[in-house]
Amino acid sequence: MPDPMLAIAGVETFYGAIQALHGVDLDVGRGEIVTLIGANGAGKSTLLMTICGNPRARAGSIRLDGEDISGLPTHEIVRRGVAQVPEGRRIFARMSVFENLQMGATLGNPANFQGDLERVFAMFPRLAERRDQRGGTLSGGEQQMLAIGRALMSRPRLLLLDEPSLGLAPLIVRQIFEAIGRIAREEGVTIFLVEQNAFHALRLADRGYVLANGRVRLSGSGSDLLANAEVRAAYLEGGHA
Amino acid sequence: MVGPRLPAMLKDAGLTTLVAAALGIFIVGFRTVDVGSRTGLGFDYEFADLGVALVVIFVGRFGLSLASIGLRWPAIALGAVMAAVGASPLELPSGFLHWFVVLGGVLLAIRAAWPWANQAFATAVATPGGRALDRLAAKWIGVLMLGFALVLPALPFADQKTMDLGVLILTYVMLGWGLNIVVGLAGLLDLGYVAFYAVGAYAYALLSTQHGLGFWAVLPLAGMFAATFGVLLGFPVLRLRGDYLAIVTLGFGEIIRLVILNWVDFTNGPAGIGSIPGPTLFGAVFAETAPAGKQTVAEMLGIPFDSNQRLIFLYYIILVLALVTNLFTQRMRALPVGRAWEALREDETACKALGINPTNTKLTAFAIGAMFAGFAGSFFAAKQRFISPESFTFIESAIILAIVVLGGMGSQIGVVLAAILLIGLPEWFRDLGNYRMLAFGLAMVLIMVFRPRGLIAHREPSIRLHPVASGGSG
Repeated sequence: MPDPMLAIAGVETFYGAIQALHGVDLDVGRGEIVTLIGANGAGKSTLLMTICGNPRARAGSIRLDGEDISGLPTHEIVRRGVAQVPEGRRIFARMSVFENLQMGATLGNPANFQGDLERVFAMFPRLAERRDQRGGTLSGGEQQMLAIGRALMSRPRLLLLDEPSLGLAPLIVRQIFEAIGRIAREEGVTIFLVEQNAFHALRLADRGYVLANGRVRLSGSGSDLLANAEVRAAYLEGGHA
Repeated sequence: MVGPRLPAMLKDAGLTTLVAAALGIFIVGFRTVDVGSRTGLGFDYEFADLGVALVVIFVGRFGLSLASIGLRWPAIALGAVMAAVGASPLELPSGFLHWFVVLGGVLLAIRAAWPWANQAFATAVATPGGRALDRLAAKWIGVLMLGFALVLPALPFADQKTMDLGVLILTYVMLGWGLNIVVGLAGLLDLGYVAFYAVGAYAYALLSTQHGLGFWAVLPLAGMFAATFGVLLGFPVLRLRGDYLAIVTLGFGEIIRLVILNWVDFTNGPAGIGSIPGPTLFGAVFAETAPAGKQTVAEMLGIPFDSNQRLIFLYYIILVLALVTNLFTQRMRALPVGRAWEALREDETACKALGINPTNTKLTAFAIGAMFAGFAGSFFAAKQRFISPESFTFIESAIILAIVVLGGMGSQIGVVLAAILLIGLPEWFRDLGNYRMLAFGLAMVLIMVFRPRGLIAHREPSIRLHPVASGGSG
């Protein structure tokens, strides 16, 4: 692939003495939706967190548009146009929806704020209805929308999503994935999506990677992986939303 | 309704009484008395006192059980009977027991009636008129309190004692507001806040007595010194949270105190620093006779000298300093850095994910919080004219923290109410003599029971938008 936006090569990450990632290679091209699927404990979230610099990779390189970001602190990485929707949403529970979105715009140009706010509200009308409500009183799906909206407020080039479907009802999951697709198509944001919900993720994604025990086991286009017998056996059998 | 539950309720009340008896027998039941030089100490048995206390506890507990199963009127009646018995000229072993019985009865009645009051209040607030009144009160209570604070020195009851208390309360209000930045907004539990207060106080004491600098010149310097110490403390604790942070800050507070105590050449150690000059008004001093080359305020203004003038001047200084602290904090809350403090309190990981630098954010919180403590410290030194390490012990940190927590973390008005309560109450209770701290403790327990999240637990959004009917616009 020519000139990927995010190029991960040989990344190894440790939690203390325990190695979680054993040399992961992965590319995300500009404008692509790339998903990373795998079982619990495969290291999916660890890889996403490593991209954000917390924990740092002990070996290998992580390049964003050619610049190695693997040694930078998280907030510096975010400043380079990487927005993160962390696992478990992590919205500010005691702040209102509006204030949460304001926090998302911390790095942005204040002149863009109003327009960005309207774009987020247009994408998630539910947030507009609840703009003065405390984040903690929103439903799970609304909180996920808020987390995504908050990440979009910084006008990212690359959006990292960690299990956005976690703990949500099937109908809401569909809405969230639809929104992610629109963010990629309409806003031109490159998306790297970590998911356990392999079916939805692979259907949405241009390409996918399968992570197992800290190594990339398979990769290919979303539809190829969906059809792959091994993927079907390991991640898709037994009913999906 | 009572029938089937009566045995359980009696058993519960009996158990409570038993516990009270076990605890009280040594505290209330015996008293050591000096029976003369030969035999030394002997015992006085006060079982009648204990008995009355236990009856009160039994009846009180039973009344609470009644109230909890919905029989509020009987409980209130029981409380009223208790209060009446206590107030009657009945022969009781000691005068205090009258108070104890009355108090027990009143508390029981209040507790039984509380749900009604709560409910009535909630309904009243829910009506349109009530809601408007509530909003009006929230908006104007601060203004009213400020107005009262401004005219207090001119009020007829503002004698020297009241003014002294006013200055004391305002000092703690300012410290509370300062600590509120660190604890209430940024969520960093700081148990050593008094260290910065000490830094400010010693900065002024040393610079004025040794280098002849005046209060107004030192004030900003003291703030800067304290802020520097805030950053010094901030660096090593950046990675700590919660309990661990609390322990390190506690240690930091003690280190500062011990350094002041032991560095005798510099700080004069435990003997303290005396004859610190007070603040001046445009160069004029508050004294009956001015030192050479200066004039007194009374001379400057052409009014007769009154020893109260100095106190009133101090009062207005601390009022202004406290207001500056408050306005500054309010302003910060609307700015990105202040918002980042609150976000950091909520979720540090999410903050990093949004590109907030947690290091800088925490350090600014520590530094700015410390700066206001430094201002307050300077003021304290100028007011007391004598400082020693004894004024900066851990208990001061604990009181300031209690003011913030009791007020409701992050609430500015709450800090004022809590400061009045925590600093004012012990003073007003002074007439109760030995029972002063008991009454104080009781007040604290009542607050914990009825307002577990602080006096003002509600957080006002820093920016309130008018609801917009159509989503997506503005």
